[in-house]
Amino acid sequence: MTGASLRLCRSLLQRCPCLSGTSPNCLNPALTSSIMTRSLSDSAAPPAAIQNPEAVTKQSVSQGYGGIADTPRLRSSLNDTEVAKFAAIAETWWDFEGPFKPLHLLNPTRVSFIRSALCRYFRRDPYSTRPFEGLKIIDVGCGGGILCEPLARMGACVTGIDVVEKNINVAQVHAGLDPLTSSIEYICMTAEQLVGSNRKFDAVLALEVIEHVADPSDFVESLSALVAPGGATVISTINRSLRAYAAAIVAAEYLLNWLPRGTHQWSKFLTPEELVLILQRASISVEEMAGFVYNPLTGEWSLSDDTSVNFIAFGTKEIPPTM
Amino acid sequence: MPVICKARVYSMKALPSIFTLYGMPKRAFCHGGSREESSYNSCKNKIISPTISKDEEYDIAIVGGGMVGLALACGLSSMRLAKELSIAILDSNPALKLTVRFNKDGVPHPRVSTVTPATISFFKEVGAWEYVEKQRHAYFNQMQVWDYSGLGYTRYHSRDVGKDYLGCVVENKLLCDSLLSRLQNLDFKKTIHTCRLISMEFPSQGNPTTTDTEQVHMMSGSPGVVPSGNTVEQIHHGSSIKLVLSDGSSLFAKLVVGADGAKSLVREMAGLTTTSWNYPQNAVICTVEHSVENNCAWQRFLPSGPIALLPIGDKFSNIVWTMSPEEASIHKSMSRDDFVKAVNYALDYGYGSHPQSKFIDGFMHRISSISGQNMASMEEHFQLPPKVTDLVSERMTFPLSLRHAREYVSKRVVLIGDAAHAVHPLAGQGVNLGFSDAAALAKVIDQGLLVGYDIGEVSLLKKYEKERKTANMTMMGILDLFQKAYSVDLGPLNVLRAAAFHGAQFIAPLKRNIVSYAMGDQKWPLFT
Repeated sequence: MTGASLRLCRSLLQRCPCLSGTSPNCLNPALTSSIMTRSLSDSAAPPAAIQNPEAVTKQSVSQGYGGIADTPRLRSSLNDTEVAKFAAIAETWWDFEGPFKPLHLLNPTRVSFIRSALCRYFRRDPYSTRPFEGLKIIDVGCGGGILCEPLARMGACVTGIDVVEKNINVAQVHAGLDPLTSSIEYICMTAEQLVGSNRKFDAVLALEVIEHVADPSDFVESLSALVAPGGATVISTINRSLRAYAAAIVAAEYLLNWLPRGTHQWSKFLTPEELVLILQRASISVEEMAGFVYNPLTGEWSLSDDTSVNFIAFGTKEIPPTM
Repeated sequence: MPVICKARVYSMKALPSIFTLYGMPKRAFCHGGSREESSYNSCKNKIISPTISKDEEYDIAIVGGGMVGLALACGLSSMRLAKELSIAILDSNPALKLTVRFNKDGVPHPRVSTVTPATISFFKEVGAWEYVEKQRHAYFNQMQVWDYSGLGYTRYHSRDVGKDYLGCVVENKLLCDSLLSRLQNLDFKKTIHTCRLISMEFPSQGNPTTTDTEQVHMMSGSPGVVPSGNTVEQIHHGSSIKLVLSDGSSLFAKLVVGADGAKSLVREMAGLTTTSWNYPQNAVICTVEHSVENNCAWQRFLPSGPIALLPIGDKFSNIVWTMSPEEASIHKSMSRDDFVKAVNYALDYGYGSHPQSKFIDGFMHRISSISGQNMASMEEHFQLPPKVTDLVSERMTFPLSLRHAREYVSKRVVLIGDAAHAVHPLAGQGVNLGFSDAAALAKVIDQGLLVGYDIGEVSLLKKYEKERKTANMTMMGILDLFQKAYSVDLGPLNVLRAAAFHGAQFIAPLKRNIVSYAMGDQKWPLFT
């Protein structure tokens, strides 16, 4: 395993344009081999817009929303087995004592990082009740909407996308229960598919998602394509460290039974350095990074400098000089 | 505009009649932020359909406008984000709607509370202490606790912990009025309903686990799909609780706070169970007068229970005397003169001699002097409380019981104060625990808003429960232990009690810990 990670680091170094001129377009043989193409007709529901042409016209007129139907085959960074894994437990998203309990516990900490980072970047008052008023935010891999709902309550205009149709159904029903969250837009599609529709967002979030995709580089490219110039990106994941192996896999999946076994594969984790490089290649510069640490005595998560297990990165997309 | 809202129309095609009712119900909280109009935020949901129902919609409904309920309202109003919440206070007491008129003259009411420095700082934070200070109140800086057997005593002085006072005795009515005045003078969205709660209707769990695609009309870009089977009301009010009031009206709240006392209706309706037991004791309370001013809190343990003499300002003191129900009815009905005699007897030579300075005391004192941990109060010898000259109020009796809710929270319901824990009134800790609950809950709600929580969510409310439950149980355990320790008059136990008193009097770190804990400054009684 160490051998694999060494190899990966080496290949990353080779890829870094400043260190070597050549850039072999592979990150890790294991990762690239699982890149696959997906057609719109498999597990993800066909965009319902097709069923209702009138709605589509309206949408494309006002938001430049279109092109989905014209792109029958899209390359996707998705991994089928990962999709199946989440579909199996989708119904328990909002059960605070269920399989997603660790995520519910972590959520306030993630939100407070996002709150402070976005407020600083977009010059919002962090102590107002709706600091994100008017900001368009997309959560890629939104699951049951655990992150979308707090953001909507903070005033953001939220879009959540996920490829698991069950997740989207659960998220929609749950958001509909509270008038403050019922305006969230949930769409069952991949980031790649959404890129095709040419929509842009002020902030693109992908939390605890990148470790489940087949090709992190492609995935980040798609995220970057969704960010409006001068917009922001927040990505969180798990470090590929021995401590992370002990904490996120051995402890969380096997000893504490927090997560279903097989939720995470260590080899798919990224180190903060790798994430920074991948983002950089997608013209996103990381400006802030923090770690999440769990205190077993209080049962609470907090932000820290320690990025050895869970970490979160905030980056901004450069405004192209031509604009 | 609203592409999304258009999309919603299609998603709701199947339910056209419902659509007209759907939209953003009137919610104060969602008007909190700035609403600049620009194409930038054109995505915002701007459909505000005419409200069909006259039912009022609140963020929080506080059931019970007593000291703890009003303290929570004040606590919320002093928070950065929570002050934007809309709050309803339900209480049948019509005085809550009137402007408070303080009356400093006259005899103090027998129902008083000993507020700790921790409570005082909470009152200062919320801006209610200035109202208390203008009225009658009595700070005390000394406390003496002793035992009828004459074997031990302990004196505490605020200097032991470097403070100016140990606590302050204030009439309950005055605490209520101060909090209410503060609320009335605040620009804060609160509505007081002077009626009783009749029933609570919980939202049926709008099955969020629906996975049947037939049921949910999926459509990309469509927000909030309404699952079939939901009532019109639920769609309109989301997942709020409906409260039906005694005047026939009803209101909706995202969070219902049970601050309605030991016999809490909210607790019962939410199905939160309690553990409880009654002590075979009643408390007799009244106001008495002295010839001199009293500035010390006195407590003597008698075979039937403790008697406490608390300063309440001017030359008045408050008596809380715990005894068997039979004795209580005798003491309540006896003549004024006989009662005064009985009180003086109980606070002086009754049931046993005064604790004497003995050889062992001197010895222990010397040991603590050597260890360099001498404290002011160790030098002080046993003192006699001032003689009571007259009884100036009616005598009231209360049965004593202990009741503790097994859980303080459930979905959209939270208990504070006596609704969560009714304790033995010994040491006057009950209401301080309630004020700590109010302060903790206000903070938890504020922190929840900061990260976009739904304030009725159990996972958020559990943070409050976790913080308060252990603290409340510790205090209840200690008070119960005291009660039990004194309910048996047995030779060896008396010696053990005396030893405990000696320890509390002469072991400096222990003494400091006890004082800090009783003042509400530290969370745990020992070694923190």
